[in-house]
Amino acid sequence: MTEALIWLVAVPLAGALLALLLPRFAFAVVIATGVATTLAAGLLVYGVGTAGTLHYAIGGWSAGLGIALRADGLSALLVTMSSLVLLAGSVYARSYFHREADRARFWPLWLLLWTALNALLLAGDLFNLYVTLELLGLSAVTLTALGGSAEALRAALRYLLVGLLGSMMFLAGVSLIYAGYGTLDMVMLARTVQTGPLTGTALVLMTGGLLLKSALFPLHFWLPPAHASAPAPVSAVLSALVVKAAFYLVLRLWLDVFAGAVTPAGADLLGLLGAGAVLWGSWRALRAERLKLLAAYSTVAQLGYLFMFFPLLQTLPPGAARDLAVGGVILLALTHGFAKAGLFLAIGIIQQRSGHDTIRELDGTAQRLPTTTFAIALGGMALIGLPPSGAFLGKWQLLAGAIATGQWLWVAVTVAGSLLAAAYTFRVLGHAFGRQAYPGRPVTIAWEEWPALLLTATASIVLGLAGLPLWRLLEVGT
Amino acid sequence: MLTAQWLYALTGCVVMALGLRAALLHPSLLRRVLAINIMGTGVFMLLVAVAYRGPDLAPDPVPHALVLTGIVVAVSATALALALARRLAREHADD
Repeated sequence: MTEALIWLVAVPLAGALLALLLPRFAFAVVIATGVATTLAAGLLVYGVGTAGTLHYAIGGWSAGLGIALRADGLSALLVTMSSLVLLAGSVYARSYFHREADRARFWPLWLLLWTALNALLLAGDLFNLYVTLELLGLSAVTLTALGGSAEALRAALRYLLVGLLGSMMFLAGVSLIYAGYGTLDMVMLARTVQTGPLTGTALVLMTGGLLLKSALFPLHFWLPPAHASAPAPVSAVLSALVVKAAFYLVLRLWLDVFAGAVTPAGADLLGLLGAGAVLWGSWRALRAERLKLLAAYSTVAQLGYLFMFFPLLQTLPPGAARDLAVGGVILLALTHGFAKAGLFLAIGIIQQRSGHDTIRELDGTAQRLPTTTFAIALGGMALIGLPPSGAFLGKWQLLAGAIATGQWLWVAVTVAGSLLAAAYTFRVLGHAFGRQAYPGRPVTIAWEEWPALLLTATASIVLGLAGLPLWRLLEVGT
Repeated sequence: MLTAQWLYALTGCVVMALGLRAALLHPSLLRRVLAINIMGTGVFMLLVAVAYRGPDLAPDPVPHALVLTGIVVAVSATALALALARRLAREHADD
């Protein structure tokens, strides 16, 4: 079972090299490695569910010298979500890139991003986190630049500089931790960590770098241009997975590794920034002229909800209520991952079919592309948090925790953010369902439109109705 | 007491802070890339100072390995930044 850990990193890496060497068969390679990786993710979930936390020491080197991989319930869930999203994105990307030359450049980078993401989610020590963060950042930036326009290149360059700054701050924190504790292994650190100026400075540096990478308001300035100008499959993984990886690290550091050194004031600050992100991001999404910008600002807002959980988790005493809240934040993150990836794919279809993604001119889209419009509606449902989406359960836990601890501010912000999300979703649907008569017949092209539909349906139906095993899996390791 | 180890570690921190400041404040792209590299050098200096274990002991190899990996990452990232900047300047100089 522990071999699943190394397959999750080695298979996509081997696929990336093969896709580079054999550009003609790249799509077959991507699908084969993608399916194998997804199966390995399933095996990982099964292994963690039955045997508990899994470890793998690459090359047999002991902890501290070699690269250790580690998986608990949280990382297994996120690896599975990423694999499903990336697999659906792979199927869609084949019809998105029309020219062979574009595809040949795209596939190796795509698999490299997959490798980096899995390695990050499974990393067992802080330094490997730094290396995988950089790998993820470099592949994400290069994929963004594939858009080719001046706008895309400028956004990619800004994205790269922000990312580098974030990782350098993270590395500075890591150095301080090594100076203080003599180890970088996360499990050992969690046992020995103490409050003090050194730990505090290191935590501030690491968290600051990660907040920059996860685009928490007001550090979100780089996200909308990068996510809106990248090719559609790339926007999907950037919004659904790459920013989520940085959030995962903040969660891991605050809840797990440095749980003993985190202060309520720090958690409140994260919550306040999150609340700002919800309000500002939703407002900008409502005012957006283009669909892609709307989706990008909605990502800023949805990340805000995730950070609003930190003050709750800090005040709730260990026990059932807190476990429920932890499950809530993960479910919200997973739902947003599926929903936003599907939404970006659907927007990509509209953009290519209509030649634009201006919201005002969407008239007749529902008649022309019924499946895609339905996918957008399902995705919007998950963004608002309507039942039976996973976001409904997630936000329910957020509200329940906030009411139980008397933190009414988060309740007000959640309600306002959800209303704004409803407004921007219905604004898009209102334009798409315009009454203009459409002379042609509606079309559905399975390979192009189904990935988006399946992703948004997972977010808005499957996760909500079948979310219960998630809590059981999360009890492993945390 | 200010030992050589502390001198190196504190200098590393100062270099890092200077790099961070320049990376945040300079509008010029090339300067920001350089500033991030300088910031990296500061972090590496701090790590090298951390590795020192006294005059009689061999230095701790782990931070050295971290610095080497860090240098490789920094070189690749700088190359990517310069390549992007060059393409932007060549193909889209007019807009």
